Amino acid sequence: MTVNDFQALLPLLVLAIGSTVLMLQIAFWRNIKLTSALTVLTFVAAALSCLPAAELTPRAVTPLLQADQLALLFSALFCVAGLVTTVLSVDYMAQRGDEPEEYFLLLVLSTLGACVLAYSVHLVSLLLGVELLSVALYALIAYPDKSVLPLEAAIKYLVLSGAASATMLFGFALLYAVTGALAFTELGQALAREQANNTILLVAATLIIAGLGFKLSLVPFHMWTPDVYEGAPSPVTGFLASVSKAAIFLALMRWFLESNLFQYDILVDVIGLLAIFSMLVGNLLALQQENVKRMLAYSSIAHMGYLLIVLAVAGNPENRPLAIEAAVYYLIAYTATTLAAFGLLALLSSNGNDRENVQLHDLSGLFWQRPLLACLMLVALLSLAGIPLTAGFIGKFYIFSAAVSGYHWLMLGALVIGSAIGIYYYLRVIFFMTRRPEEHHSLPTAPDGWQIRTLSCALIASILLLGTVPQPLMAYLRSIL
Amino acid sequence: MSLSTLLLILLAGGLVAWFSERINKDLPRWVSLATIVLALLYLLAMVNGLEVGSFSVVPDPTSGDSWLIHSRQEWIPRFGISFELAMDGLSLLLVVLTLLLGVIAVAASWVEIDFKPGLFQANILWTLAGVSGVFLAMDLFLFFLFWEVMLIPMYLLIAIWGHENKAYAAMKFFIFTQVSGLLMLLSIMLLAWKGHEVTGSYSFSYFDLLGLQVEGRLGYAMMLGFFVAFTVKLPAFPFHTWLPDAHTQAPTAGSVLLAGILLKTGAYGLLRFAIPLFPEASMSFAPVAMGLGAAGVIYGAILAFAQTDFKRLVAYSSVSHMGFVLLGLYAWNSLALQGAVMQMVAHGVSTAALFMLAGALQHRLHTRNMEAMGGLWHNMPRMGACAMFFAIASLGLPGLGNFVAEFLILLGLFKVSPWMTAIAALGLITAAIYSLWMMQLTFQGKPDDSRDLKDFGLREMTAMAGMVIALIWLGLYPQPVLELAQPVLDSLQNLLDTGPKFAGAAL
Repeated sequence: MTVNDFQALLPLLVLAIGSTVLMLQIAFWRNIKLTSALTVLTFVAAALSCLPAAELTPRAVTPLLQADQLALLFSALFCVAGLVTTVLSVDYMAQRGDEPEEYFLLLVLSTLGACVLAYSVHLVSLLLGVELLSVALYALIAYPDKSVLPLEAAIKYLVLSGAASATMLFGFALLYAVTGALAFTELGQALAREQANNTILLVAATLIIAGLGFKLSLVPFHMWTPDVYEGAPSPVTGFLASVSKAAIFLALMRWFLESNLFQYDILVDVIGLLAIFSMLVGNLLALQQENVKRMLAYSSIAHMGYLLIVLAVAGNPENRPLAIEAAVYYLIAYTATTLAAFGLLALLSSNGNDRENVQLHDLSGLFWQRPLLACLMLVALLSLAGIPLTAGFIGKFYIFSAAVSGYHWLMLGALVIGSAIGIYYYLRVIFFMTRRPEEHHSLPTAPDGWQIRTLSCALIASILLLGTVPQPLMAYLRSIL
Repeated sequence: MSLSTLLLILLAGGLVAWFSERINKDLPRWVSLATIVLALLYLLAMVNGLEVGSFSVVPDPTSGDSWLIHSRQEWIPRFGISFELAMDGLSLLLVVLTLLLGVIAVAASWVEIDFKPGLFQANILWTLAGVSGVFLAMDLFLFFLFWEVMLIPMYLLIAIWGHENKAYAAMKFFIFTQVSGLLMLLSIMLLAWKGHEVTGSYSFSYFDLLGLQVEGRLGYAMMLGFFVAFTVKLPAFPFHTWLPDAHTQAPTAGSVLLAGILLKTGAYGLLRFAIPLFPEASMSFAPVAMGLGAAGVIYGAILAFAQTDFKRLVAYSSVSHMGFVLLGLYAWNSLALQGAVMQMVAHGVSTAALFMLAGALQHRLHTRNMEAMGGLWHNMPRMGACAMFFAIASLGLPGLGNFVAEFLILLGLFKVSPWMTAIAALGLITAAIYSLWMMQLTFQGKPDDSRDLKDFGLREMTAMAGMVIALIWLGLYPQPVLELAQPVLDSLQNLLDTGPKFAGAAL
């Protein structure tokens, strides 16, 4: 390893160092303010370190990691998401955990796992990234020790996610048995030499799809999603829904590209099928929810379905560049939006009792009492629903253009139906927020410091900017993809 | 001077109105009024600067340069999307209508709103900005953006300031229009992709896409996407069911905007986009569209007669009148198109007035149930006279704008399909029945002296007088409006010279 190699890995190193520093600090002096400040510092430094790292791209650092612009873009995004989660968590955790400091340590570790996934070009680093991300998440979910719900969610996630990882790992092993390769590119070359109807390969593919499908909560592997989302503390749910999904999807996409898995029509068809089911089932189930977190959980299933369209479209090499660009834009837009939506729920539940204030009626009248927070939620919901002027619309526009470019009628149909259903349940939340004051009981108090205001404004601005001035990011994406 | 400044005035005015509520609760409505008047003056100044002869030039539909005003700025070059606004006679007419009815809407809700008046006025102004944007946008992406975004302030108007069943109505309104909008988005994307396949680069500009002429099954499907979006907004039978609920639950200003201008965006979309972009498909679809129009005329009228709720009655009458527009557009000849444009303007004015009356009644009586009214002329003679005037305007009395419109449509339609004309003409009779029935139930009948009701004051009478004059002017001297629209209609007709295709000679 040369100095340049280290420079290319700078974000990962900064996060690793940051977590070590945090660990030491907590060991010597417990202080949530200092810990959260150090965490913020770590995330800022890691995000900024992507700039020097970007000078050396693309560069293969060990066979496991590939430092390229895409990896750095997403590393920076995950660090920013970690930063947002930190700010949202400070008040929340101060109320709910007896010793909240390690929470932030776990958050940094989880982000590190996501960044590894962004760099990953090898099945080993893929697995390492997924495990680092998930194991830290188990503890994060269970962290509030004053109520049962998080514990239940954490156990559920631990058992099921562990099973999914094992399934995936077994799939990797089978792949290795047949091809003898683990790096994405070599794996692709080795696969090309194999016969397509090899039974072991088929089994491996099934196991891996099941494993990754679980992590991305695609139908029919989605059962855990609402329960875990509901039970997990809201800041963690936001992190889980945005960063963990985006990181795993990114790694999956990279794998498809580098190994050219698109050559298997059946694989592309299965992906298409999963996409259609996720869009329809996710949206339909979201209709019935009175709990906003559960509603967002089902809607996240649907959003992963929208994203999967892109992989199915990329099966045709002509449309691949557009499809990849669409996926990346969508992921960025979705991350910002999801953080905003769960961020609001985290803020409303900050002043702790056992229960989180995440029922629909908890939001009623919010518009009149806390206009800024309500605007945050409004923008996030409109973006999720794909209404113009928001990031979500441009994302959906991209997905539409990708699907149209391949004339995928079935998926377009599901996309239109899914979005149509989605409008209803997103709108219902907006309606509750605009209820007149006299019609509802008193609102839960939410913290109102300058950090919260800045964060809310920044999230609103980023969603609106991504929706109204998308050209710079589009041009940047075209230049790096 | 540019069209984007016009939109900016309305958007910024909304913000100012919103924040002015902190100073004084009465300030927002003045801000709102001043903004709309300013926008109107700005528009007039802009039009005034144009050469007199340019109004009679037939604009070239495939190039914005021959239009009255045309501006284009790059926005998202990645997809060939630009911020392209253009105005011809038709857009001018509709934008002026939009702003004038905006004034009426503000006047109609002058004292009605106690809760958050600033935000209320802001939503009115943003709706106006959105609708003006729809009439001016010449980039299909931008058009879609305005089309969707104008619904949000309208949704908020209904959801926040609406009446007893506002949640249901607002939701239904939003979902109907958004879902149909998704179909249009799909069609727009397909159209842009077709253009990409032909030219190798994306463009969403109306002027580029117009020459594309996608035919066959795909063209037909895309045309249907546009058609559904526009007829839901129009609304035409059988997509009208959101309208009575939305109208009934909306605050007065919301109803005025909804009936006066939002419905017109549907008709405008058909005329500007759906038919010219897919001429062949549209004309082979015309018999079905006209069938829906004729069905709407009769069905709307029958349902209007069955209502006891004042606002619902007016809402169903809108369905009936908009059926005429659909008939006129798909007849696709000069007379019928002129009639359709005329109907858009005249119906906008007359219905806005009727909704303002409905709002005034509800404000005074706290009910919209006509069976609880009766003899109101005795209590409020000025209001009664106004109601009488607009009721007979809406039933199509010769000498008023609506008659000119419906007469022209029937005349144009007769050349194309006498049977359709016969069915639609029944609408004139049924309109007379429900309009007079409405007058009978509310203002005629046994007076009730125990009611202490305040008649129309100066503010309301001024608004009413403005609309009375407009309708009389449209009825007696419609030539300026016709002349303004004629070059545009000529240019659109040049795009396809064939008329609707009826299978066989059955119709």
